[in-house]
Order: sequence, then structure tokens, then C-alpha cells
Amino acid sequence: MDATAIHQRLKERFGDAVGDCDSAAKDPWIAVQPGAIAAVCRFLKDEPELAFDSLSNQSGVDYNAKDAIEVVYHLYSYAHRHPLVLKVSLPRANPVVSTVEQVWKAANWLEREIYDLLGVVFEGHSDLRRLLLPEDWVGYPLRKDYVEAEEYHGISTRRESMLK
Amino acid sequence: MSLINSLPEMVITTKADQFLNWTRKSSVWWMLFGLACCAIEMMQTQGPRADVDRFGTAPRAAPRQSDLMIVAGTLTMKMALRTKLLYEQMPEPRYVISMGSCANCGGLFQLAYSVCDGVDKVIPVDVYIPGCPPRPEALTEGILKLQEKMMHEKWLVRGAAEPAVA
Repeated sequence: MDATAIHQRLKERFGDAVGDCDSAAKDPWIAVQPGAIAAVCRFLKDEPELAFDSLSNQSGVDYNAKDAIEVVYHLYSYAHRHPLVLKVSLPRANPVVSTVEQVWKAANWLEREIYDLLGVVFEGHSDLRRLLLPEDWVGYPLRKDYVEAEEYHGISTRRESMLK
Repeated sequence: MSLINSLPEMVITTKADQFLNWTRKSSVWWMLFGLACCAIEMMQTQGPRADVDRFGTAPRAAPRQSDLMIVAGTLTMKMALRTKLLYEQMPEPRYVISMGSCANCGGLFQLAYSVCDGVDKVIPVDVYIPGCPPRPEALTEGILKLQEKMMHEKWLVRGAAEPAVA
């Protein structure tokens, strides 16, 4: 099933909670309202005609100019061999979205990584801790306005090199 | 009659310091500390072609049994704290070789937020080996340099300052 048809199905089921579909993109994507993402994902997985059994990748993007942080879900159905991309746009000041960990277990670490580097809070996540950085790290480094701390536990982050 | 003439021919005389240093440099046990791609070269150095075992070195997997720490690879801030802890667990006298650009100064990744720019920001380093990554020959050379340095240590002079740096 191609992205336009899937979009049609989602529109019928969820109405306005599902936004536009960019089917011309290399990876066709569908915008989803933050409140509906868990229900949409559950539907995409459980519906036999869609059967998106795999969350290939989940990532976050900081769009500073749009004042938004987007969470991107790359889905794939091994049963029907069709891919799909979902995007959720969140306000930069308070990026909160519900987790899809209950739908795909793979989301556990992926969401922890997004939380670690971009500070997106996934509501309902079973274990929302930093994944890569130390737990006492300050700030979210992949945000465009991230300012590096002067030092970490007494280790200076300033460089004396010419490559400053 | 001098002392030397009175001893059998199979006995050689030496200074206690030199003897101690010779025993120490002839069995440098180094701690496995592979952090990134340099670790692959470190394994090669240990392998049959470069074979640093012939200089009396042997890898250990525990800090408390090691004399030397070869920091091989990119040191992240998270790892830097652990590196310090492991260094403090090593018994004295202890030595550190900083292997490769990343351990020397952060290397390619020094502008990254999460990378510590050089292991010498955390622990004292005896020998720096340049390269990205250094070839096994370079690491062997570094170990030989360290052995040279170890031969210059003075341990038995009371009240002596820190051992002279070679």
C-alpha cells in the first residue's frame, strides 16, 4: 500500500488528528498531531492491511527557525513490504509527546536517545533516563541553542589549540 | 684487592636502583584500555607480527595488576572520570602512554561537546604517541621510550625529589 492510500485510511479513522501527506518526498511522510501519535501507531501496527511491525528508526530534529522540535518515526512492514514515515511537531519550549514504547519495544532506547540529546519528554515511557551522556550532564547538546559548559567535573572544555 | 676480583666470574655488580629499574622495565604489564580504533592497532601490536611480548610487556585486564596504562582512543567526558578512577586503582609506580591523536589532544573530535581534549587533562602522561591511529611499530617505539625513562628512575635516595624525567 502506498503512502497516499495509507494516508486515506488514517484520515478516515482519525480525522483531523492526522495532517497532510507529502507523497512526493523520497520517503513519503505523514504529519500527525502529538496527542494522537500513540493511537495512530497502534492502529498502524494492528491493522492487518497495514501491519507496520517494525520501527526502523526514530529520531528528533531541532528546527530552530520554525521554533519546533520534530520527532520522526520510520516504520516498515515486513509483511507487506511497505515503508512509512510519521512526523510529529512539538513546541520547542515544552516538547512533550506520548511514548510508542508500548507499540514497538525498540522505541525504548530510541526515545531515551532523543530525550538525552534533544530533551523531548516521552510521557508514559518506562525508563526515561539519559542513554549516552552521563546522568549529571547539563543541557541537551543537539539543540541549536546549546551552549557548552565551561567544565565538566573539573575537566576544562576550553581548548588551547589553534583549531578553536 | 678490589671487590670485583674477589667475586666469582658469574657475578656482576650493579647499582640497586639500576637493578630495580631493570626488573621493572623488563616486565611492564599494561592495562587493556582500548577506547576506539586505536585499540585495533594495540591488538596488532600484541599480535605475532609486532609482538611486544618480547620486550617483557603483557596485557592485563585489571588495573590493580598493571604498571602501565595505554589509553588507546577517543576519551569522552563520561569515560574521563572512569579513567581517573582506574588510574588511581593502579599500584605505584605507574605509567601512562597516550596513544593516538584523540588521547593526545582530542584529535578529530576535539570540537565535540562530549569529548575530553586529551587524557593529560585528567591524569599525567609519560609518553605521547602521535598518529591516527599509530602503527604497531609506533606503539612499540613508545613502549621502548617508556622503558628508557623507567631506567632513569631513582627510588632509593631518601628525600629525593620526584624521579628525574628522562
